[in-house]
Amino acid sequence: MAYSQEKLVEEKVFKDPVHRYVHVRDRVIWDLIGTKEFQRLRRIKQLGTTYLTFHGAEHSRFNHSLGVYEIIRRIIDDVFDGRPEWNSDQRLLSLCAALLHDLGHGPFSHSFEKVFDLDHEAFTQKIILGNTEVNKVLTKVSKDFPKMVAEVIAKTSPNKLVISLISSQIDADRMDYLQRDAYFTGVSYGHFDMERILRVMRPKEDQVVIKQSGMHAVEDYIMSRYQMYWQVYFHPVTRSAEVILTKILHRAKHLYQKGYQFKYEPIHFYSVFAENITLHDYLKLDEAVILYYFQMWEEEEDLILRDLCVRFMDRNLFKYVEFDPAKEYKKLSELSTLFAKAGLDPEYYLVVDSSSDLPYDFYRPGEEEERLPIQLLMKNGEVRELSRESQIVDAISGKRRTDHKLYFPADLLKDDSSKKNIKKQIRNLLDL
Amino acid sequence: MLKDHAKIMQAFAAAGEIVGRKKLQKMIYIAKKVDFPFQERFQFHFYGPYSEELTLRVEELCNMGFLNEVKEKKGGYMQYRYSLTDEGMEFLNMNLVELPALEDCLTDMNSQNARFLELVSTVLFFDDLEVEEVKEKIFTLKSKQKYTEDEIKQAYEYIEALKGKVVPV
Repeated sequence: MAYSQEKLVEEKVFKDPVHRYVHVRDRVIWDLIGTKEFQRLRRIKQLGTTYLTFHGAEHSRFNHSLGVYEIIRRIIDDVFDGRPEWNSDQRLLSLCAALLHDLGHGPFSHSFEKVFDLDHEAFTQKIILGNTEVNKVLTKVSKDFPKMVAEVIAKTSPNKLVISLISSQIDADRMDYLQRDAYFTGVSYGHFDMERILRVMRPKEDQVVIKQSGMHAVEDYIMSRYQMYWQVYFHPVTRSAEVILTKILHRAKHLYQKGYQFKYEPIHFYSVFAENITLHDYLKLDEAVILYYFQMWEEEEDLILRDLCVRFMDRNLFKYVEFDPAKEYKKLSELSTLFAKAGLDPEYYLVVDSSSDLPYDFYRPGEEEERLPIQLLMKNGEVRELSRESQIVDAISGKRRTDHKLYFPADLLKDDSSKKNIKKQIRNLLDL
Repeated sequence: MLKDHAKIMQAFAAAGEIVGRKKLQKMIYIAKKVDFPFQERFQFHFYGPYSEELTLRVEELCNMGFLNEVKEKKGGYMQYRYSLTDEGMEFLNMNLVELPALEDCLTDMNSQNARFLELVSTVLFFDDLEVEEVKEKIFTLKSKQKYTEDEIKQAYEYIEALKGKVVPV
């Protein structure tokens, strides 16, 4: 039997708190899960620093990847199978792309990518196409198969229907992470009737569409998404931890570039600091490694690196005030000067952080927009964009919400043992 | 602080008025690919490389009053026209970012049409592939645009010319 068709003698299941069970029958999927590149995802948290706000948020990208795979499997096997618009030859491609879509994520990837100008999607491509265990498994399906999977994940595949299953405004990726993140953070938002949405999904030409009767379930999903972004993903305390993490990485890179002699040599970081990181080096990085260095750097001579690491490890985070960049950028400049005078390098101790979300947007042919809208399949076979039918969605369509905060170490500003007058001026400006 | 905002504003200061969101996206992507230090991340979308982060940054700059956005009806769709405001210029003067040769490159790109920039950015997106594979990608993914072999050749020549303008840092 061809490897692509091979089934396990007995179905394997993973117990999962969100989907109850993740079912694996395909040999290819089972082999992919066993690769070291996929197992590495166990050591990368799905929500980065969110665990410092919601202590339950310790779940990994491994959990999420299995979840996305399971959702796609249910859509294909339970809903799409046998429908004339669905080509069953795309099943394995869809399952593999779902399972591997986040494979290139690095440790604390949001901060890590920003500081070192890296892109997890580029690493996903390299892992799938490079000399890896994942590539070996995919190549056993066919010589071209790794490329086909990589193209679906990069959205450069001509197979738009499969892309839209995994990446669109209502896709398996989002449906899994909203529910999973709600479960592990313990918040009451993020819940919606996924079973209902899956049952009303239909393949239609280049896109997945939703039967009109499922519109209210989709409305609920969009509202859940909106609430999760503002209540969990953009939580100001999580952002404070993220700010400190980013600054630690910046400081360590800066020190390396200046020829600083680290007490504890950051050998895992050398190639990333030198901007010549290889796939091999990248795969060695995970959150356990990063946290090991943060703990070691608590004893470094450099006071900034040491202070930031202690803050992160002991969760002594920066405080914040609301900030309006348009009205207050001159005040920011003034604060920056005062921070420097107070002996607090503003590059590390005065940070503006912005969050923004667009809950739903639509695209109409001819417009210069790029978002693929959610389409409803009407009873007469016509397809209509969601916000034209749903008043709730129409009310929030295209409406972006943005939030800016200014972060700083309040404890140091309140310590009057040095630079008392300057710190007082700062406190006055910050309304502390 | 607000450095990434300042870099995008520097692009507007260098290019002058930019007409069309698609054109703006492609100009910044191409500039990033020829090594200007823009931080926004891009993914492949309908019109080629597209950055949600750039869309957001531009919206923020408009909300801050640093960028002026004029919406115009153009045939069957809306077109957007962007330029720096006086407030934006003042902000930029306080947060100048040194980007040698940016003006030369962006002025040149701004004189090209969006269709050509879409092709150039798509070629750059697939720059790790062989030329024949890139052509295949363009003919498959951009079939509606009906790009010719000659246009693809011009895109490659244009990329080389742009790279020649960039001063190594």
